[in-house]
Amino acid sequence: MSESIKLRGICKQFSGKTILHNIDLDMEAGSVTVILGPSGSGKSTLLRCINHLEKVDSGTVHIGQELIGYRQKGNYLVELPEAKSARQRQKIGMVFQQFNLFPHRTVLQNVMDAPQRIRNESTSVVRSRATALLTQVGLAHRINAWPRELSGGQQQRVAIARALSMQPEVMLFDEPTSALDPELVGDVLQVMKNLAQSGMTMVVVTHEIGFAREVADNIVFMDQGNIVESGNSHSLLDNPQHPRLREFLSSVL
Amino acid sequence: MNVRHPSERPALKIIEHRHYGRWFSALVVLLLLGFFASSVANNPNFEWDVVLQNLTEDSILSGVMMTIKLTCISVLLGFAGGTVLAFMRLSANPVLAWVSWVYIWFFRAVPMLVQLFLWYNIATLYPKLSLTLPFYGEIWSVKTNQLISPFSAAVIALVMHQSAYAAEIIRAGIQSVSIGQLEAAKALGYRPSQIFRRTVLPQAMRAILPPAGNEVIGQLKTTAVVSVIALQDVLYSAQIIYQRTYEVVPLLLVATAWYLLMTSVLSIGQYYVEAFYSRGNVPDKQKWFRFKSKKIESSS
Repeated sequence: MSESIKLRGICKQFSGKTILHNIDLDMEAGSVTVILGPSGSGKSTLLRCINHLEKVDSGTVHIGQELIGYRQKGNYLVELPEAKSARQRQKIGMVFQQFNLFPHRTVLQNVMDAPQRIRNESTSVVRSRATALLTQVGLAHRINAWPRELSGGQQQRVAIARALSMQPEVMLFDEPTSALDPELVGDVLQVMKNLAQSGMTMVVVTHEIGFAREVADNIVFMDQGNIVESGNSHSLLDNPQHPRLREFLSSVL
Repeated sequence: MNVRHPSERPALKIIEHRHYGRWFSALVVLLLLGFFASSVANNPNFEWDVVLQNLTEDSILSGVMMTIKLTCISVLLGFAGGTVLAFMRLSANPVLAWVSWVYIWFFRAVPMLVQLFLWYNIATLYPKLSLTLPFYGEIWSVKTNQLISPFSAAVIALVMHQSAYAAEIIRAGIQSVSIGQLEAAKALGYRPSQIFRRTVLPQAMRAILPPAGNEVIGQLKTTAVVSVIALQDVLYSAQIIYQRTYEVVPLLLVATAWYLLMTSVLSIGQYYVEAFYSRGNVPDKQKWFRFKSKKIESSS
């Protein structure tokens, strides 16, 4: 089910400003990687390059054996047409800071629509899977609510269920708790922790150091478009080598 | 509200502030309305009997049908063309974007009446229309005057006019959908056409419908200009009768009554379409729709 992620030489510029400098990163199948870093360090951009939501200037992304967003032709990388990229993205779940639930669909419809429309799965199969997922995230009682009637934490848990409805091989989380009231963060993190224990490959951009310590296998610290330090989560948090990381940790803890 | 106080003391009764000004102003307005209504009813110059007589006259009814036909055709084709123009305008292709901009610029600038005359007289510019293949020669041709009747000239002018306005309304609607919605749909793996149909359009409709309702009603009334090229819509039918009988005002009232009726039907329709597309967003308009979603629960 879960797949590995391999990034090689990812470079990205926005209007002349370099956001990512030649990033290499490996994430094993079933591992949890937390990306830390100050805002503007390029961590969200890196995450969005993994599912080709952001185009890279150079470099490659592999999920398992599959090259994402491009096809190799000799020494060239030819960008795939949008329909082909869409097919690849089905296997890469993503959760956004602002949830981005579809406001014109109920909770259940939000979770059911993609597998029904994209993969033409039968309604009964999709419904039972969607109900099971919503039960997992603790929202079985709100399946017929509209997104606007839910709290931020509930919306984010629906968004996680929606991403899982496509049975992805990896999950990307882009600051999933940053837009939430502090008291609602715990429920979302708990859902993510359960998901990690089920063996999903997860890449999480977050500021929740506690979550990183408890759940992450590896931590990557980024600053100004570079990976400054990376490694096992406990050794990195307890014994940071780079002064920039030490400075960062002392300011967030 | 009568909330019983738990203690033995009698609850103090609340008397809300009385708005005497509201009563007074309502009275004044109603009185003025009454005066106006009685003057309309009792003024013999309105000739209400003539109005009633002509309201369902055959030529008036066929005029109404013509007005409805012109409105339907020009709104349907106009909004279809407007959608294409909106896409061109938003396209990353600079040629398409520019062409769309120029089209909208031109057809919004030229008054409907001028356009109508231009299309009606297009034969003076292009006397003959022909389809010619290189190395083969002409394969089909027709005299322009055979194609351009008052009806086809009216349809062309109305559609051109409508599509330019519709394009801007649809563009505004599409742009009102947040980028996060596009990204969420993309990340789930929807194809571009599915993203448009399932995510963008249903949400864009909320922004499109109120101005589109205005446009449709506006178009209904704009069709009245076709009377200048002797196309028998409801206004021209009324004019034909009053040129014979000199009952000008009563027959204009007949036309007015029909325009009021048609606009009312459109307004009511707009209410229900808006209620449908505001589902999930506006609490009071979605009641009947939520009822439907409750049913899912009981069946699962």
